[in-house]
Parts: sequence; structure tokens; C-alpha cells
Amino acid sequence: MSQLEMKKDQSMVLQKQMIASHFERLEQAPETKEPVVYTFVPGNLTELIRSFGCLPVLPEINALQSGMRGKSRAYIREAERHGHSEDVCTYVKCDVGMMKSGNIGPTGTRLPKPDLLLLSYTGCYTFMKWFELLREEYDCPTVFLHVPYQGDGVLEPQHRAYVIKQLKEKLIPMLEQISGKEFDEEALAQRLAWSSQAEDDLVAVLEAAKNSPSPIDSYFGGVYYVGPIFSAFRGTAEGAEYYKLLRAEVEARVAAGQGPETPSGRLDEQRFRLVVEGPPNWTHFREFWKMFSDEGACVVASTYTKVGGTYERGFRHDPKDPLGTLADYCGGCYTNLNLPDRVQMLCDYVTEYAADGFLINSVKSCNSFSAGQLVILQEVEKRTGIPGGFIETDLVDPRYFSPANIKNRLESYFQMLAARKAVA
Amino acid sequence: MSLRAAVVDRADALACDLDLNHVKEWLAEVPGRKAAGYLPVYAPRELIAAVGMLPVGVHGGGDRLEIIKGDACYQSYICHLPRSVVELLLAGRLDCLSAVLFPSTCDVIRNLSGIWKLQKPGTYVRYLDLPQVLDPSIGVPFWTMEMEHVLGELAELAGCEDPKGGLRQAIADYNAVRERLQVLYAHRRDRPWDIPTAELYLLMRALESLPAQTWMDLSADYLSAIEQEPGRPRDNCRVVLTGAFCEQPPLGLLKTIERAGCYIVDDDLLQGNRMLQGPVSTDGDPVQALAEAFIYTSVKNSVIYEDDPDGKRNLMKTRVEAARADGIVFAAPSFCDPALLDRPMLRAGAEAAGIPCIAFKYAENTGQFQPFREQAGTFSDSIKLWGAG
Ligand code: SF4
Ligand code: SF4
Repeated sequence: MSQLEMKKDQSMVLQKQMIASHFERLEQAPETKEPVVYTFVPGNLTELIRSFGCLPVLPEINALQSGMRGKSRAYIREAERHGHSEDVCTYVKCDVGMMKSGNIGPTGTRLPKPDLLLLSYTGCYTFMKWFELLREEYDCPTVFLHVPYQGDGVLEPQHRAYVIKQLKEKLIPMLEQISGKEFDEEALAQRLAWSSQAEDDLVAVLEAAKNSPSPIDSYFGGVYYVGPIFSAFRGTAEGAEYYKLLRAEVEARVAAGQGPETPSGRLDEQRFRLVVEGPPNWTHFREFWKMFSDEGACVVASTYTKVGGTYERGFRHDPKDPLGTLADYCGGCYTNLNLPDRVQMLCDYVTEYAADGFLINSVKSCNSFSAGQLVILQEVEKRTGIPGGFIETDLVDPRYFSPANIKNRLESYFQMLAARKAVA
Repeated sequence: MSLRAAVVDRADALACDLDLNHVKEWLAEVPGRKAAGYLPVYAPRELIAAVGMLPVGVHGGGDRLEIIKGDACYQSYICHLPRSVVELLLAGRLDCLSAVLFPSTCDVIRNLSGIWKLQKPGTYVRYLDLPQVLDPSIGVPFWTMEMEHVLGELAELAGCEDPKGGLRQAIADYNAVRERLQVLYAHRRDRPWDIPTAELYLLMRALESLPAQTWMDLSADYLSAIEQEPGRPRDNCRVVLTGAFCEQPPLGLLKTIERAGCYIVDDDLLQGNRMLQGPVSTDGDPVQALAEAFIYTSVKNSVIYEDDPDGKRNLMKTRVEAARADGIVFAAPSFCDPALLDRPMLRAGAEAAGIPCIAFKYAENTGQFQPFREQAGTFSDSIKLWGAG
């Protein structure tokens, strides 16, 4: 086993199988005629898509997987050769580069062309341009689902009604058209029930980090835990099964007083409990994680694991109100929250998870997350009295991951936290 | 001093007035008056004027502001505009604004609305989600509802009892402004030697903080001035300048491009002024009329979703033809998502139509123009030598 490999839990093995079989199914879609819908993680309407027998493709997941598998550098270079600026979101460039290189997905299988681009516009401006760019390559319809931003901290009732109206008048008729099936509200409700079950279990998993030691790492481990629910498996029986298994594993660790598996081994001795804001870096994922685990730092809560839904705040998909619940879901994704709400969420995490520190990983290419993060840092420090750390990386562009620099910053930050703990 | 110089000086003084002293003077003229800001690119300023407030465009500090606090709020890989806006905000230089509207231009402007809420809790801050679905059955009711909401809240803030009546008047006032802008833009397109872009820009900038009627007088003076003092044609090529709709380039950059031999005959500078391309109906419900005008007549822009699959591909060709231009200058602020993500699509369409293009990035405080001069000069020479296409 190489230094950066880790012992795998059963749930991780299961997740890997689920993802592999989903990509195989996607590869076969042109033959099986299962319609394919490309859409985004925040505001994804997987239950609705699947209720029409369509298969979802999430370009961000492909991009991050390409980053983890060392392919993003070449894809980004390819996109930049086609005139894409070095200043913009690297997920987009990675995806465009992948498409221009034959659209071979992260697991090595060919991705089918979309039958529909579902532009669920939920808190990131880049989504709009991303699908305008993809549309240049694919001859397929695009539906723009406009989800108003929670500028005043709530999804206003008139905004909720507006989203429902678009679902009814635009999206559902289009899904009916591409699938040849009629909208079946009962089938959707069944899927929403599976979602709700999985969400209960996911929340239990994430909240288990309130224990000491924490049985999970809520950032580096957390991105695996949210994988199925953020991608193709919310609203599926296998997704619900996965979260049941995961929850059992985590509860067993709590009972045994164990920490999570990390690249440095099992982290039972946790020197620092951290809250993290911002997406991770994917190109050096394990190396990055190890910089934390080697220092005994465990992330107990993170905002990134909420981009596909803020379930710990109480939201659950509600089978009794199928379209209303989808509107609520879209409105409440982390990317759609306003800056004061993001500050409050971080402060709540610091208190509820008894954190020693909070850290912002600011990614160069993501304005949605990054613009304003320094103000978030100042504000959270002011309100909690806890010093924040700030590091800069990128999502999938390896050129912006400078290991020595990041390690230095992290080490200084941990030293400072250690000194504070010693005094306390 | 010539009339032209007097008008340009006045407009320049307004653009340089980072303390908004002219706004404060306007406020002081009548007790109880209020002013409301709006960020780029487009906010329906008629709503502000309707309740008797002065609409004030918030455009940062350009190249006239030293940034200290703003840099502590923004990483190096975020465009320059928000850091200079925050610099002004934290220095109290925007305190005369009782309300600020943040249109859904991009995530930077969006997040800035949250920063404003945190820093100035007493100010009315509203994020304005522009309608992205231009299908009238969806877009019109949505935008009407959004604007009704804002109009109601602004009316309350301003103590205005008849906001709809005020809105009818404001629509009429800004219809006149739109018509005047069309005259100015058409004149520059036809006789760019009469109206240097730097002057047109300053005039447009004055519109960002003068009451509509005052601006009408100023622009009328300018039109008289160019009648009296027409320019002399030069052997320049004609270009469309695009990508500069939000963070504004320094005036020096506009002058540099024209001095290097490129007449700018169409642009998207301060595009919010010209977002609605036709007059807004003065019949019926004024809020709905304003909403319909947006859905039916708004100019194609990087901040609004393009519904037509061929739209991006064809846009620059259409604009070049309408302006009888020879080429395109893609000029975008560094790190500007809307402009830079659009650029590959727009440029591919332009190049497929055989239109020569150059591209560069700037910041509002760029101080070195030599590289731009060389690039624009070479571009102009090549067009003159080889012709467009
Ligand atoms: S800008 Fe950020 S949120 Fe948007 S697609 Fe890119 S990484 Fe995702
Ligand atoms: S310059 Fe571009 S990125 Fe910056 S605020 Fe304006 S539109 Fe947004």
C-alpha cells in the first residue's frame, strides 16, 4: 500500500461499484435509449430526472474526478488552446477540454451526448456560461431553471412559486418530450421518500462529528460521504441503502471511540478540530489531506459538503409536496445562500462542533465561493473569537497547488492553535 | 473655454467626484431627499427616480483611488471593481446612499451585496435577480413581481405616496434619455471624428449620477457643441469594443485605442444606460411596462442567458454589420467571468465570419497603455493594409 493509500470502508467499496455501474449504464445509453440529462450538483433534480427514466450526468463531478485522476492538466490546456481564459473556473475548462478530447469520462468509459441540458441556475453564475458553451457542441434542447438567490436570507414565497411554475410549465413538458413518458407524481414521490431517508442518515453521519474523537473527517472524508447524494443516487433505493450502511459504520466507530481513516492512518488522537469553508483541491487531494492528518487535525464540519443541500438545517425532500420541495431544495443549497448566512453557518459550526479553529480554502477560479471569503474570515473571527486560517489552491488546475507554500501556512496555523490551546 | 470643453470638464468632474459631493449637494437642496445606488450592469433606475430618490451608479474608484482596505477584502484573483467599491464604502464615501440595488451581474456583485449588508446594516440592500428566462409567460410576471417588491420598499423608505405615478413620470424621463443616447451613439457611429469615445463615455458617466432632466440639458449642450465644432476625419479603422460592460476601463485606455488608429463605433461601456433598446410604454401599469421592455427589448449581454443556440455565434457579426465596423476589440477586465467566459463563443463566431479581432484584459486602474497602443496600432495598420475579412 503506498503512503497515501488508505484502508477502505465497506461503504467506500460500495460507492465505487455504484459509480462504475452508473458510468457503464451511461456508456450504453445510446443503445439502451435511456435519455441523458446533463445538470449541476447544486439544485440537481435527480428525483425528477430519474422519475422519467432519464440518467443524470454531473459535469462538476466529472471535472473533479478528472482532477483526482491526473487528467485535468491536459484538459485545461486543451481548453486554453481553444481560447479559454486562464482567469475563469477550471471546472468549465476541464469539462470543455474533456469534451474536445473525445468525452471519455473519468472512469474510462465514453460519456453519451446529452438529450437535455438542464441548466439549474442555483447560486453560481458560471453555470449559465458553462451550458452555453456546451450547447455549442451539442444539438439538444436546454432548459434554464431560474432559481432566485436568497439575497435576504430566505427563499421568498413568490420566488418559490416562480420555481414551481417553471418546473410545471417548462421542465416537466421537456422531460416528457425527451423521454416519451408522462409525468408520474407518485413515482416522483417514491423517489423523494428515498431521498428523505438517505438525508436522515447523511445528517446522522455528519453530526456524528460532534463526538470526540470525531468518527469522520467532514471535509476530506465528507466529500466521499456526499458523493452519491450529490450525484446520481439521490432518490434511488441503492442511494438509500448506501447511507444506511455508511451510518452504521460511523455509529460503530463512535461506539468504539475511533476516529476516521486518513492518509496518515486512523486518526484517533485528534489535536485540532476544524471547520473548513470552500471546495477542496482535487489534483493533490490525498497529499492535501495528509497535511492535516499528519498534524492530527480533523475537520468536524465543512460548508462544501452542503453545496448539494443543507440537510442539517432541517430540510428534507418531502414526498407530500413533490414540486414545492424541489423548489425549496434548489433555493437552500449552500451556493444559493447569501454571505451573511454563510458567515452565520460557519459561526454555528464552530460552536456546535466545538471547533478549535476554522480555515478557508480559497480556490482561485471560483468567484461564487471565493469573492468575499476574506470578509467572511474577518467576520467569523470577530464573532467567535477564534483565529481563522486562509490558504489558496485551485479545484482542478494543478498549476495552482503549491505544496511547500500550503504546508508552511498550515504548519504556522496549527502552531498558533496549539499555542492557544496550551494557554487555555 | 469652448462649449465642448465646458461640457466635458463638467462630466469629468462628476466622474472624478469619489466623495459624491455633487450628490450631497443635490440632497441638501431639499430637506428629506434621498439617494440610492446601483451596481453595474443594469438596474431599473426608473424605480429609484419614481419615489423621488436620485439614482447613483456605483462604479468604484477607477484609476484615482489608492486601495488599502479593499485589498484586505479581496484576493488577487478577483477583479478590481469590488475592492475599490469596498474601499469607498469603508471610507464612508458612499454613506449618502440610503439604498443600494445589486443586480445579478455575476457572483462578485452578488457577494458584494452581502458584504454591504454586513458593513452597513442601516442601508436598504436589495439583490435584484434579473429575469434570465426571457420567455414572456415566465419572465414578465417574474420581473414585474420583483420590481413591484422593490418599488414598494423604496417608496416606504422615501416616504413616497404615489410610486406608480412617479414611475410613469420616470419612465417618460428616461425614455427621453434613451432617445438622446441613441442620437449620440448614431452620430458617433456615422461621424466618429466628431465624438471621441472618451467624451461620449464621460457624458454617459454623468448620466450615472445626475437627475435625468439635468443630464438632458448637459447632453443637449454637447450636441450643440459638436455642431459648432465638428472634428476632422482621420484615416482610422472602425472597431467594436466589447467586454467592458461592468468594471470600466480607464479613460486613458479608450483614448489610447482611438489615438492608435481605431475609431470605436460601438461599445458596451456603461451598458446599463442602454440596456432597454426602445421606449418603454407609458400606457397601462408602469411596472409591467418596464418588465415587458426588458423582456422584449433588452440588449444581448453577457450577464443575461442567451436562449438562442446560435445567438452567441451571430452576435458579433450582427453588431459589426450594424456599426459598419472593420474589426473587434475584446477588452475585458481581468478575472471577469461574464466577459471572459463569453469570449471564446463570441470570438469564434466573429472569426468564422472573417472579422478581424484582438483581445486584451485591463483593470480599472491600469496605468500603462503602451502595450495597448502597440496592439491597437498594429491591428489598425493590418486592417488598413489587408482590409477586414
Ligand atoms: S465557479 Fe465555483 S461553484 Fe461555479 S462551477 Fe465553478 S467551481 Fe462550481
Ligand atoms: S468586472 Fe466582471 S467579474 Fe467583476 S464584478 Fe464586474 S462582471 Fe463581475
